[in-house]
Amino acid sequence: MALAARPETSPTVSIAMTGSGGSGVMTAGNMLLEAAALAGYYGLMSRTSGPQIRGGEAAALIRLAGDPIDGHDDRFDLLISIDWLNLERFADEIPLDGESIAIGDPSQGEPPAAMIGPGTKRLALPMKDLAKKIPGGRANMIALGYVASLIGLPNDAVAEAVRHTLGTEGGRVTASLAGIEAGRLAAANVPCPHKLAPSRGRGAGRWLITGNEAAGYGALKGGVRFVAAYPITPATELLEWMSPALSGLGGVLVQAEDELASINMAIGASYGGTPALTATSGPGLALMTESLGLAVAAEVPIVVVDVMRCGPSTGIPTKSEQSDLNLALYGVHGDAPHVVVAPNSVADCLATTQWAVHLAEAMQVPVVVLSDQSMGQTRMVIDPPRDEEFAGKRAVAAANGQDYRRYALTPSGVSPMAIPGAPGLMYTADGLEHNERGTPSSQAKDHIAQLDKRQRKLGSVDFGPHWAEIEGDGEIAVLTWGSCTGPVREAIARARDDGIAVKLVSLRLLSPPHPDRLAAALKGVKRALVVEQTHSGQFYRYLRAEHALAAELRAMHCPGAQPMRPGDIYRELVEWSRP
Amino acid sequence: MNAPVTTLPSAKDFKSDTKPVWCPGCGDHGVLTSLARALADLTCRREEVAIVSGIGCSSRMPAYTNCYGFHGVHGRALAVATGLKVSRPDLTVIATGGDGDGYSIGGNHFLHACRRNVDLTYIVMDNHVYGMTKGQSSPTTEPDWDNALTPGGTGLRPFQPLVIALASGANFVGRAFSGDVIGTAHIIAEAVKSPGFSFVEILSPCITFRPEQRDWKELARPSPVPVTNDAARAARRIMTDDGFNIGILYAGNRKPYQPEIGRAQRSLQDLAREFAL
Amino acid sequence: MTAVDPGDPGADAPAISTVEDLLARAYAMEIEATERYAEFAAQLELHSNVDVADLFRKLAGAERKHAEALARDLAERGVAVAPGAALAAPGAEGLETTLGDALHYLMTPYHALQIALRNELRAFAFFSNLSHSAAPDDIRRLASEFAQEEKLHVELVRELLARLPKPEEDWAYDPDEPRMPD
Repeated sequence: MALAARPETSPTVSIAMTGSGGSGVMTAGNMLLEAAALAGYYGLMSRTSGPQIRGGEAAALIRLAGDPIDGHDDRFDLLISIDWLNLERFADEIPLDGESIAIGDPSQGEPPAAMIGPGTKRLALPMKDLAKKIPGGRANMIALGYVASLIGLPNDAVAEAVRHTLGTEGGRVTASLAGIEAGRLAAANVPCPHKLAPSRGRGAGRWLITGNEAAGYGALKGGVRFVAAYPITPATELLEWMSPALSGLGGVLVQAEDELASINMAIGASYGGTPALTATSGPGLALMTESLGLAVAAEVPIVVVDVMRCGPSTGIPTKSEQSDLNLALYGVHGDAPHVVVAPNSVADCLATTQWAVHLAEAMQVPVVVLSDQSMGQTRMVIDPPRDEEFAGKRAVAAANGQDYRRYALTPSGVSPMAIPGAPGLMYTADGLEHNERGTPSSQAKDHIAQLDKRQRKLGSVDFGPHWAEIEGDGEIAVLTWGSCTGPVREAIARARDDGIAVKLVSLRLLSPPHPDRLAAALKGVKRALVVEQTHSGQFYRYLRAEHALAAELRAMHCPGAQPMRPGDIYRELVEWSRP
Repeated sequence: MNAPVTTLPSAKDFKSDTKPVWCPGCGDHGVLTSLARALADLTCRREEVAIVSGIGCSSRMPAYTNCYGFHGVHGRALAVATGLKVSRPDLTVIATGGDGDGYSIGGNHFLHACRRNVDLTYIVMDNHVYGMTKGQSSPTTEPDWDNALTPGGTGLRPFQPLVIALASGANFVGRAFSGDVIGTAHIIAEAVKSPGFSFVEILSPCITFRPEQRDWKELARPSPVPVTNDAARAARRIMTDDGFNIGILYAGNRKPYQPEIGRAQRSLQDLAREFAL
Repeated sequence: MTAVDPGDPGADAPAISTVEDLLARAYAMEIEATERYAEFAAQLELHSNVDVADLFRKLAGAERKHAEALARDLAERGVAVAPGAALAAPGAEGLETTLGDALHYLMTPYHALQIALRNELRAFAFFSNLSHSAAPDDIRRLASEFAQEEKLHVELVRELLARLPKPEEDWAYDPDEPRMPD
């Protein structure tokens, strides 16, 4: 094969496009990602910005590759910045090194010293001047054309992405295409080592989707037709995507006055027979915990998606962390059996949220889905997801049944639910402890019977193979969950290249714990590295508390705001693997 | 029933077999009778009515009715009722509760339920006291009412639920007295019939912690003026009366909030197309 | 006089223009009283006041018998009444009812009979007024019969009251604090 080896190309390229408010770097970044997708590459884009609503510094962080990727690389190949205002804020998030190239507009002065790594190559591109020469021209399009050319993206893919993004805005399309062409010409004779290897696939049919959209779509596939929610970063886009989608499907999204109302509206709708969901982030989940207990006690299925961010308190709303784990697992007062699951990639947000609806409906319990900012707000090129079987199916009582007992003590713990409107089954769903009929009771025998029943439900459903992602084999394993799975997978691949075999176990089912399954998954594993994005090692402690693991455990936990880097995990693995 | 002359349930049929734990003499017994009677008068079917409540003496109401019921957490009845009604507009949804549940811990939901104007009826049994916790000041308690938690009284101005409901956009506002079983049933029935958010404040004496409220029966009187559809006029009347004018005090014509549901115009496949390249 | 009198039939009460109307009205009153006394009995029973609960249950039983007799009368006249049906008409509240606020968990049978006496007196007044009104003769005759019957009830209750000791001054005293169920 003639194309088998072309040393001047890379399997993956990482690009940061930055600039302050109004510069349009996010739009340009999205177009770059879409163009690459259309050209048959995989890729992703995440966003980072200052606290300003408008204006202020912003960065589109993009990684493109010929093969599917799970997250960002350790470093960036290209940084193109329309201006340098306050960019030092992103120094940690955009690591540059001697292989990197930083491209700036000479009219904008020098880049902040903190941004530039030792030996980082510099290129000058007069983006603003070039844009001025084009009627309606903008610097971000010059940057887009320049970068697209440097990394070797075909013209037609870029043009198609521009047309798709700007749609009917004819004047803008013309100006943008002219800007892109100007950028491309400026890059004509610039040598660049960061060219993408020619793509082997076809973009058509692949999906371009964020974790928040995927979670929303998964919820709809699971059967959710009612959502109530209060806006909160970084969950808001999930809600904004769902609102019109729900209307289209004959459902509804209600904007509630607060999170206390959100979850209770969802409970009300689900009590009425409509599968229901709310989405929030840590502060909202904290407010919802009392009513999560209500859903447990009254046995009303609901799904709560928590798109996690740095806590505690307001924390850092725009940055990812996995530190709501304890709250999700243990936050509800009383003995309150419920389910906690976590998607472990942007694509998996779809299947796992759909699964959550299925589990909630099947067991009549609340299910918390722990997504996070890094999955929720990352847009990614994925293969079209396969259709999962998970569909919310609730045991419903037949009308006019004899002697209806809503909370009947069945062997599985799941008792058929009467839906308002059904004659002959009237009952009161109650957060007070109750007997089988739902009549409030303070007697120990009823309390114990209902506690047992509710606990029993969690054993009534086969969680199936979706409970965890298990890949590879070896005496060393990494135990992880959620968005850490991507960088862990990449770290394991690098270790494998070094001849170190490492098994990946990424848990989707966090509660109820399944110690037997985990023990089986870790059979033969001598040492396991536990990787998570928390400051206190919440996942590690949870594993120690709930599982008797034969393997020697080592904890690797870093707080959020900084992304988990595959390189850091790789180094830890290599060190850990030494005899 | 031995002689089912009609399939429609009588007032008695709307009461469950569970006997209220309320103190003998409590006004809430009368409200239960009025509610049952109103539902019978409205020729409701039991299975098409849902009574939703939070926490407190009066929030025990759902268990005592023979309809679908929901007894949730403190203060959130209106949120549960909203979710239920929006997703199931075919049901008659009634939220019930007390002054603590509705005006204190649930105060925010009260404002927004009035604003949202979902076709619900909200019945608040107001006795100016927290009964379930042994007698503390509620938002409607007089400022100088002495009790263990706030000796000498809270010193705070009582909450004005009817005026606040009007200012927030409730489409129907009425005041009733629990001792007036027929009159209260009538006001509840009208509230249920009225589209949008209907708010019925029922003076319901607590004979245990506020025995002096037995005097309310001497004070309660039919409102001397007919119902108005002018919210400003209704508010002025309520702010200047002594709190004992009984009747429908405001009935407006705001359109209820009810998104169209159940009619799918798109499919899941249509939505997936958005994501496909 | 109570401003809102729970016993006042009110302006929208159905008019009594035939004997059947009066029978139906009397029937409604008895049914109402039956149910109310039964509820009182249940409330007192739940609060462990067995004596008063029993008394209210007996009163309910007596009212039920009257109601059944009236139902038979009505049936003979070709008027079918389903139990409780007469109550469906707005304003048809019985006069033999009472405000629930007279109840107390420590009340004595004496208090309960006072409630019964008040109700019987009000019923007597209602029928008596009707029998002296300008209503048609057959209505006035029947109203007079009912008034006589109520008068017997009044006397019976007074006799019972006379036999009972008056409650102690501190009948409502409870040395324990109230409980906090929620």
